[in-house]
Amino acid sequence: MNSSIGKAYMSTASSSAGRKAGDAAAAAAAAADQFPAGLRVLVVDDDPTCLMILEKMLRTCLYEVTKCNRAETALSMLRENKNGFDVVISDVHMPDMDGFKLLEHIGLEMDLPVIMMSADDGKHVVMKGVTHGACDYLIKPVRIEALKNIWQHVVRKRKNEWKDFEQSGSVEEGDRQLKQSEDADYSSSANEGNWKSSKRRKDDEDETDERDDTSSLKKPRVVWSVELHQQFVAAVNQLGIDKAVPKKILELMNVPGLTRENVASHLQKYRLYLRRLSGVSQHPGNLNNSFMSPQEATFGPLSSLSGLDLQTLAATGQLPAQSLVTLQSSGLGRPTGKSGIPMPLIDQRNIFSFENPKLRFGEGQQQHVNNNKQMNLLHGIPTTMEPKQLAGLHHGAQSMGNMNMQVASHGSQSSQNNPLLMQMAQPQARGQMLNDSSLGHAPRLLSPMGQPMLSNGIAANVPTRNGIQENIRAPSYNPVPQTSSMLNFPMNHASELPGNSYPLGSTPGISSLTPKVAFREDVNSDIKGSVGFLPSYDIFNDLDHHKPQNWELQNVGMTFDASQHSNSLQGNLNHAQSVLVQQGFSSGQMNGQNRSATVVSKTMFSSGDSTGHVNAQNGNQPLNSLLVDGTVRVKSETPTNLYPDDFGQEDLMSALLKQQDVIAPAEHEFDFDGYSLDNIPV
Amino acid sequence: MDRNRLKHQVASMRSSLFDQGYLDEPFIQLEELQDDDNPNFVQEIVTLFYTDSARLIQNIEHALNSRRIDFDKLDDYMHQFKGSSSSIGAKKVTNECTVFREYCSAENAEGCIRSFQQVKQEYAILRRKLEVYLQMVRQAAVSRTT
Repeated sequence: MNSSIGKAYMSTASSSAGRKAGDAAAAAAAAADQFPAGLRVLVVDDDPTCLMILEKMLRTCLYEVTKCNRAETALSMLRENKNGFDVVISDVHMPDMDGFKLLEHIGLEMDLPVIMMSADDGKHVVMKGVTHGACDYLIKPVRIEALKNIWQHVVRKRKNEWKDFEQSGSVEEGDRQLKQSEDADYSSSANEGNWKSSKRRKDDEDETDERDDTSSLKKPRVVWSVELHQQFVAAVNQLGIDKAVPKKILELMNVPGLTRENVASHLQKYRLYLRRLSGVSQHPGNLNNSFMSPQEATFGPLSSLSGLDLQTLAATGQLPAQSLVTLQSSGLGRPTGKSGIPMPLIDQRNIFSFENPKLRFGEGQQQHVNNNKQMNLLHGIPTTMEPKQLAGLHHGAQSMGNMNMQVASHGSQSSQNNPLLMQMAQPQARGQMLNDSSLGHAPRLLSPMGQPMLSNGIAANVPTRNGIQENIRAPSYNPVPQTSSMLNFPMNHASELPGNSYPLGSTPGISSLTPKVAFREDVNSDIKGSVGFLPSYDIFNDLDHHKPQNWELQNVGMTFDASQHSNSLQGNLNHAQSVLVQQGFSSGQMNGQNRSATVVSKTMFSSGDSTGHVNAQNGNQPLNSLLVDGTVRVKSETPTNLYPDDFGQEDLMSALLKQQDVIAPAEHEFDFDGYSLDNIPV
Repeated sequence: MDRNRLKHQVASMRSSLFDQGYLDEPFIQLEELQDDDNPNFVQEIVTLFYTDSARLIQNIEHALNSRRIDFDKLDDYMHQFKGSSSSIGAKKVTNECTVFREYCSAENAEGCIRSFQQVKQEYAILRRKLEVYLQMVRQAAVSRTT
């Protein structure tokens, strides 16, 4: 492997700036002037001919090139020199490691923009690039013209990060204000336009930015260095992947300044990553082993969710429903894991409407599956979503991922927010497929975390595209194009969601509800300020067949309409922000929903097995009463038919609750294990 | 030989390589990349291509000769070969690779064997022509105008 570094151009630039004089600042300034010259590119390709050609082309573009013929080497170089590169270009097809794996690693660890290339221009492969977070995909033979503009991905990413950083303020105080401003930022996207504006109207929106690249994390971005990640992995392994709760991980890691939310979001990504691994584990030579260098520590048990990725990806809205279906049928199938990430069957007909703004969803924790599982996905989301609304939701590739549902862990009102929510990077979906550099790296965020598992035929329409924008605060991750809509709902029914733009079919064998959760996009994870959020979840429930669905509302950050409940969850949701992942719904329609009652729920749907259960938090408490406390507990009940239209909050709630009853404890392998929604005090 | 004449011959041969479909656009890119910093860039790349191709061809032969043909592996090798041949603009070779891959995905062993013969043939022809051409290019570069 040749790691030649072309300094020629750079030196020229620098020297002219006075580097000789040792004036680093001047050199830097000069470099900036010369931008994109001097852009530090790492190119990885096992084909020596192509590698040499690319190197030459990149040098001709005045970039500073380092070439590498093995993915593992590239990864170590990146790890050794985290800030040594601006962009990575990698071939898809490499003998020692699948290019997509490398892509994921880079996204997880370094968060650099990655451009994939391949001679293969098949739609499936290109889509894979998108879903794995590549910021671009070049078809070989690559022309120099294609390389001339790669700097845009670097700029875009920086811009997103900057915005992110700007918006992230100190954790608590600034949140509210930040949210407000973030909300304001939001209006850019057409999809969210209506929704956002309505959201903005509500003063207390907690979460914003789903769609935006900038995650609405209020916290400063955390950069997961190799060391930090190793500590993280060590902690996770020590706890056991199933029991690894952000809080405990945080404790074990013992890193000053690191917050539970940071860990939570990282955990989410990590889980996604693991899922992906397990999904590709059959792929020869593909496993992480190859790149799991000693420094990495094992990633832990690989979940066997094969479809998980897909789901997550779909959920992030990156995948068009059809593609998703295609992909699913192409073999992702049902996850084999116990909780199996259900294929993101988004039953279009199932729409969750959350009428109740105050929903507290317990975090889906496996351990507490039975009652604490919060996934009550949609509970509490009172507004009924009309089908057309749903239709509206789905535009824009918003990753639903950010459904933040405040999942209050029942009975364990820990203060933790659903870390997942944090993680949900806002899917960039601005109607884009993951090309956004911001998304690029964190598609995985889609993580099931916080994805509510829809139980029994409750289809949460998670518009993947719509942008469930969660403003996940993924401190270090950019919005993940979570296929939020894809929330893995182990929905049993495949109901058609009218107007759902994600026609995610049910996976064969899984009659799942297509969860259509209309989440308000701007889910402010900060429930504190929660103020009316929105998402109206229409719960469409083909209860007829509903089988227990695994609803896990992982990070349900519901922003409750302040108007409705003055004692909104805010108290509970103090950290909800991070948790709230809002599903970006094209909110126009949402607006119509009861705003007041809408809960911004970012529900993360996690796939559960078909026996999915919604872990209802509490017993069957009528929604109202729950609301009164500001907490909503979803309990599993025998599923009842929920019809999206005209569902009164109470009705919905009870329906939801009822549904949850039947839901068996979800043992989803994903995700939310051990995530407790701290912020929702029980 | 007179430089101008040499240059003329080079140009003529170059045209025919393109006209007859042996070479394609990417080759032009290679030529354009050649500059003072890399005055022999095209030759270097082509040489690299030969070396890498020899390896891949050998692997494919071996895979085709095994009792139980592993089509996935075959496809893998051919994918690589196709990738590099397309990056230098070896049009005919690349096309034959495509045909091969079709047989491969159909798991048609006989088809693979036959089309592989075609691949090798086209590769051999191109290699010969390129060697002649590049030698002429070198000569023209060092020749003097008389």
